[in-house]
Amino acid sequence: MILPTPILNETTRGFRSEKKKVVRRIKYEAELDHDFGEHIAAHAYGERLMSCIQCGTCSATCPLSHYMDYTPRKIIAMTREGFKEEVLNSLTIWLCASCYSCLVQCPRQIHITDVMYALKREAIAQGHYPRRLPIPVLAKAFVNQVRRNGRNTESWLLVTLYLRTNPFKMLKEAVLGLRLFLAGRMSLKPDKIKRRKELTTILNAVEAGKGASIS
Amino acid sequence: MNYIYYPGCSLHSTGKAYAESVQTVFRALDISLEELEDWNCCGATSYFSMDETEAFALAARNLELAENQGGNGGVNLIAPCAACYLVLTKTQHYLTTYPDIKQKVNDALDKVGLHYEGKTSVRHPLDVLVNDYGLDKIAKRVTRPLKGLKVACYYGCQVVRPYATFDDAMYPTSMDRLVKALGAEPIEWPLKTRCCGGSLTGTIQEAGLRLSRALLLDAQRRKADILVTCCPLCQHNLECYQGRINRKMKDHIDLPVAYFTQLMGMALGLEEKELGIHRLFIKPRVAVSAQKKGEPAHV
Amino acid sequence: MSDSSNNGSIRVGFYICHCGHNIASTIDVDAVAKYVATLPGVIVSRDYKYMCSDPGQEMIQTDIKEHTLNRIVVASCSPLLHEHTFRTATEKGGLNPYFFQMVNIRENVSWVHTNREAATLKAKDLARAAVLRVFHHRSLEPKRVPVNPDAMVVGGGIAGIHAALTLANAGKKVYLIEREPTIGGHMAMFDKTFPTLDCAACILTPKMSQVKNHPNITLWTYSEVSKVEGYVGNYNVTVQRKPRYIIEDLCVGCMECIEKCIYKEGKYFDEFNVGLSKRKPIYIPFPQATPQLVVIDRETCIEFKSGKCKKTCVEACDRDAIDFKQTERTEEVKVGTIILATGFQTFDAKRVPYYGYGKYPNVYTSLEVERLVNASGPTGGDVILRDGRRPTSVAIIHCVGSRDKNTNRWCSRTCCMYSLKLAHLLKEHTDAEVYNFYIDMRTPGKSYEEFYDKLLEENVHFIRGRVAEVTDWSDRPSEEGKLVIRVEDTMVGVVRRVPVDMVVLAVGMEPKSDAQDVRKLFNISCSTEGFFLERHPKLAPVDTFTEGVFIAGACQGPKDIPDSVAQAGAAAAQALTLIDSGEIELEPNTAFVVQEECSGCRTCLTICPYSAISRDETKQKAYINEALCKGCGTCVAACPSGAIKQNLFEDEMIFSEIRGILETESADTNGGSSCCPT
Repeated sequence: MILPTPILNETTRGFRSEKKKVVRRIKYEAELDHDFGEHIAAHAYGERLMSCIQCGTCSATCPLSHYMDYTPRKIIAMTREGFKEEVLNSLTIWLCASCYSCLVQCPRQIHITDVMYALKREAIAQGHYPRRLPIPVLAKAFVNQVRRNGRNTESWLLVTLYLRTNPFKMLKEAVLGLRLFLAGRMSLKPDKIKRRKELTTILNAVEAGKGASIS
Repeated sequence: MNYIYYPGCSLHSTGKAYAESVQTVFRALDISLEELEDWNCCGATSYFSMDETEAFALAARNLELAENQGGNGGVNLIAPCAACYLVLTKTQHYLTTYPDIKQKVNDALDKVGLHYEGKTSVRHPLDVLVNDYGLDKIAKRVTRPLKGLKVACYYGCQVVRPYATFDDAMYPTSMDRLVKALGAEPIEWPLKTRCCGGSLTGTIQEAGLRLSRALLLDAQRRKADILVTCCPLCQHNLECYQGRINRKMKDHIDLPVAYFTQLMGMALGLEEKELGIHRLFIKPRVAVSAQKKGEPAHV
Repeated sequence: MSDSSNNGSIRVGFYICHCGHNIASTIDVDAVAKYVATLPGVIVSRDYKYMCSDPGQEMIQTDIKEHTLNRIVVASCSPLLHEHTFRTATEKGGLNPYFFQMVNIRENVSWVHTNREAATLKAKDLARAAVLRVFHHRSLEPKRVPVNPDAMVVGGGIAGIHAALTLANAGKKVYLIEREPTIGGHMAMFDKTFPTLDCAACILTPKMSQVKNHPNITLWTYSEVSKVEGYVGNYNVTVQRKPRYIIEDLCVGCMECIEKCIYKEGKYFDEFNVGLSKRKPIYIPFPQATPQLVVIDRETCIEFKSGKCKKTCVEACDRDAIDFKQTERTEEVKVGTIILATGFQTFDAKRVPYYGYGKYPNVYTSLEVERLVNASGPTGGDVILRDGRRPTSVAIIHCVGSRDKNTNRWCSRTCCMYSLKLAHLLKEHTDAEVYNFYIDMRTPGKSYEEFYDKLLEENVHFIRGRVAEVTDWSDRPSEEGKLVIRVEDTMVGVVRRVPVDMVVLAVGMEPKSDAQDVRKLFNISCSTEGFFLERHPKLAPVDTFTEGVFIAGACQGPKDIPDSVAQAGAAAAQALTLIDSGEIELEPNTAFVVQEECSGCRTCLTICPYSAISRDETKQKAYINEALCKGCGTCVAACPSGAIKQNLFEDEMIFSEIRGILETESADTNGGSSCCPT
C-alpha cells in the first residue's frame, strides 16, 4: 500500500511535480555551498562524514528509508558536496526516528543519526521547513515547555502540536485521549520542577556562551 | 549498590504503569530506589533538534544532581525510559570525548554551583535486574511461573543502541533470558530491535503506524501471546493503535502489550494494581488468569 | 681509545654534499666546509655537488692516498641511503671502512628547517660532533658466517608448494612442513579458479605430486614447528611430527580401513568440506591428498577414548599399516633459510549475525559453496541446500568482514573475483536468479575485468548496495518462506527487498588465529592488521626484518593465487641469494662483553630481545653471540658493571658526539644549543 498522497502535498517543498512534464536538471558548481558540508562535518563526530564510501547500508537498514525523498546515503553525499537547499528542504531529516540502526551498521562508523540532528538544527535555525510540519513544531513546543517548567507534560504538548498544525486532528485523537485519561495514563496537571530558575540560568548561560561555535 | 531512580517525564503520564511496575518489582526484590531530587526533563529527541549544547547541559544537570545525591561512592542512575537512558549515556559519551563541549556545559553549570565530573553510571532496569541482581535469584523468587506463555521480547532502539554496553545492539538477549527465568517462552523473531516508529505516530502517523504494524503482525504470526517492551513510547505505539491499524489495513491484530517489569511482577506474584495492569487497554490474558487461579499458566 | 696508522695523529677528511639543491638551498655548504677546516685534526674539508657520484667517491679515495687521511666524515643524506656507499669508498681508498662517520644534514636539517642561518649553524654543530666522534672509531671487521644451503618452507599451500619446488629445482634440499595431513591448502578446496575457470585440483595436483616425488624435498605433513633457534644461515628448527597411527611406508591409500571402520557413517566435522559433510575418525582428507595416506584422528577415535574398539580397521588392512602405538616424534633440522607460507583463514561469518549465518540454514560462506559446487564435494556438485531444496534464487553478498571498521578494516582483494566466479558456477549448476550485492567491483588483475564483462552478459543481477540484513520476516506473500535481502539499489536510487532461497556470504581473508604465536616463534613481526610484516611494502614484499626468514602468499596479506605464486618465487629467489653467496656478512655494530669486568650477575641474559646472550657456566661470565646480536644496545645500558660495550657506539664515541653538539658557537650568544632552530 502506498503512502496516501495528501501527506506529501501538504508538507513538501522542492522540485517535485505531480504531472509528467519535461524538466531540466543540472547542478552547477556555483550553486553548491561547499562550506555547508564542512560546517556539518565540523560538529562533534561529524568529521567521519567525509569518509563515507556510499555503500548504502544506512539506507538498507533504515526502517523509514522507503518513505524518504532522499535516502540517508544520498543525504550524506549531498551534504558533503554542498547541496544545501535540497538537504535542508528534504523530508528525510524529519522522518528520521533516531533509531540509530544506521550508526550501528555503518562500516565507516559515521554518526549518521547525529548528522541528521545537526541538519534538523540547521533547518530550524534557518527556517527551512513548512510552517505546519508537525515535527519541528513539536520540537519547538517541547523545548519551550522544558525551558519554562523544567519538564514536559505530554497532554499539553500534544494540544499545542495539534493547534499549531491541524486542529481537526484533536477531534480524531479525542477518543484515544479520553481512554488514556481514564486509564490514568494522561496527566492534565503541568509537571514542573522546583528549581526552575536554576535551570533557566543554566540554559541562558549556554545561550550566552555561544560564539562562533556549532550548536 | 547505590541506586538512584530517574523516572523521566513519560513515566508520569503515558508510562505510568512502567513507573509503578519498576518500583513495585524493585521493592519486592529489596533493591532500594531513591528518586533523583528535582530531576529535570532529559530533552529526549526534541531538544537535540533545537540546540545540542543546551541539550547536553540539560542532561548534565541530572547527572550532576545524581552525583551529589549519591554521596561519594559510585552512583548508579536508573533510567527506565529508553529516550532518557539514551540521552544520559550519550551526554556522558560526548562530554568525555569532546573536552570543549564539556567545558561549555560546565561553564554553564558553574553558574549555579554545579560541576559535571562524570562519575555517575547510567543504567537501565533491565541491565540491573539481569546483571546486578541476577537471573538465578529472580528465578528463585518466581511464585507463578508463566509456563507455556509465548512472549515476544521487544527491545526497541534506544535502550540497545548505540551506547548500551550490556547487550548487543542488534541481537540482544537480556529480556529473552529474563523471560525464560520467569518460566515463559521467548519467541525467536527478527524484528525485536526494529523501530516502532517512535514519535512519528504522533506527527506523520501513517509512517509511524506502518512500523508498529509490521512488529505486531510478525509477533502475532509467530504465535506470541504477549509482547513485552522496555520503553514507554514503544508500549504506547504498539498498544494504543491496534484498532486503528485493523480498520485501515483490514488486519486482525489483538496482542496484549505490557512492560517487561509488569510481566515480571506477575510471575513474582505481586499485586496487579501495584503493577499498573489495570492501565493496560488489552489485558494480558493468560498471565492474568494464571494469577487468579493460582496455577501456572497453560496455553 | 683512538687508533691511527700515521704516527698516532688523527687526520680527518671532511666532505659536505650539496645534493644538488636539496641541501645547498637551505644550508650554506661553503661556510660549513670552511668552518670544519678550522677544527683540530681536519686536514681536508671540501664541498661537492654530489658526493655519492663516482667523482665524489673517487675524491675520497684520492684524498686518503694523497693526504694520508685516516678518518673520513661525509655530511650528506641519510645513512640508510649511502652509508654503505661511502664506507666502500673509504675501503677502496685503503682504510678500514669503519673509520667512516656519516652526518645527516638532509633529512635532519635541510629538509625540515627553513631558516638558512639557523640551519647552517645546526649543520656546523652536527659536523663538529661527527668529527670529534670519528676520532675514537676503531678498525672493525664484519663477521662472516657460512650459510647452510638447506632451506625450510613452512606451509604447504600453493605458495609453499611453489617455493619448495623452486628451491628444490635449484638443487637445494628443502624441508616442507605442513600442519594438516595433506598439502594443498585452501586451493585444494576450490572448485574452479578465476578468471580462466581452470579446475583448481587439476592445476594443483600435478604440483603436489611433483613435491611428493622430488628427490630434494622432504615432505613432513601433520607436523608443526615448535622451536626455532639460531640466526641467519644457521637455524636449528625443531619439528613435532604428530602420529597418524599409520605406518607411512606401508600405507598405499586404498581406504579399506575407512570403509570397515565401526562407524557406519561419518559423525565428525569434516574440515575439508567445511562441515557440510561428516567424516569418520579414520579418514583421508580428500582423494588426491598428498601424501596419499590415511590418518586416524586421536580426538575422535574410540580406541583412544575408551581403549575398547574392535579395531576393524586393523583387520581390514592387508598390509598391517595401522599402528596405534605410534607416538609424537621430534625432529631437529639445521637449515640456513626459512620461508613462511602459512596462509590465511576466512572471516568467521558468525561475527556478523545480521547476515543470519548459523541462524538460517540456507546461508552459506563462499568456502562452503566451493565445496557444494565441486564434483568431489559433499553433494557431488549438485547444489542442494541444507533443508533439501534446490535454490531458484541466490544472493551473493560481497564484503562480509571486509572494508568495515566494525570487523576488518581492509579490502580482502579476492572476494569480488571469487564472487563473480561463484555467480557463474551457481548459475551454471542451478539456472537460478543470481544477485550480486557489492559496494565496488574490484577486478585488478589480468583478464579480470573481462571476466566481469562475461558475468554481466550471463544475466547475473549486479546491485550496487551493501546489504544491511538477511531476514526471514516477510512483508508480502511472495516473500513467505524465503530469506529477504533489504538493500538500497544505489545506482537506481531506490530501496529494494529481494527474496532469495540461498544466501552466499563472500567472507574476507584474515590472518590465521595463531599468527601472533607463529611470528614469535620465527622472531618476525606482524602489522597492525595481524598479517606478517614485510620489510618494505613496495620494495621488499617478501623479506622480513629478520634476516634469513622470508614470507610469501596470503600470510603476508590477502591476495589471489597468481600473486601468491609470484611471491613464493620471489621468496625462493631471495633465499637463493643468501644460499648461493655461501656466506653472509653481519654488520659489526654488535655488543661484546669485556670478560674481566663481567661479574656474572645475569642481568643481561633475560634482557636481550634476540636471545643473543648466554652464560658460560664454567667461567661464570656472559657471552654474546655476534651473529644473533642486532646491536640494539639494551644490554649495554643494563649492565650494572658497565662490562658490555658496543662496537661503533662505545662510550668515548658517544660522549664526544654529545660534547661536539653542545659546544655550539651560538651557545654563548643565544644561551641555548642550535639543535632546534626553525
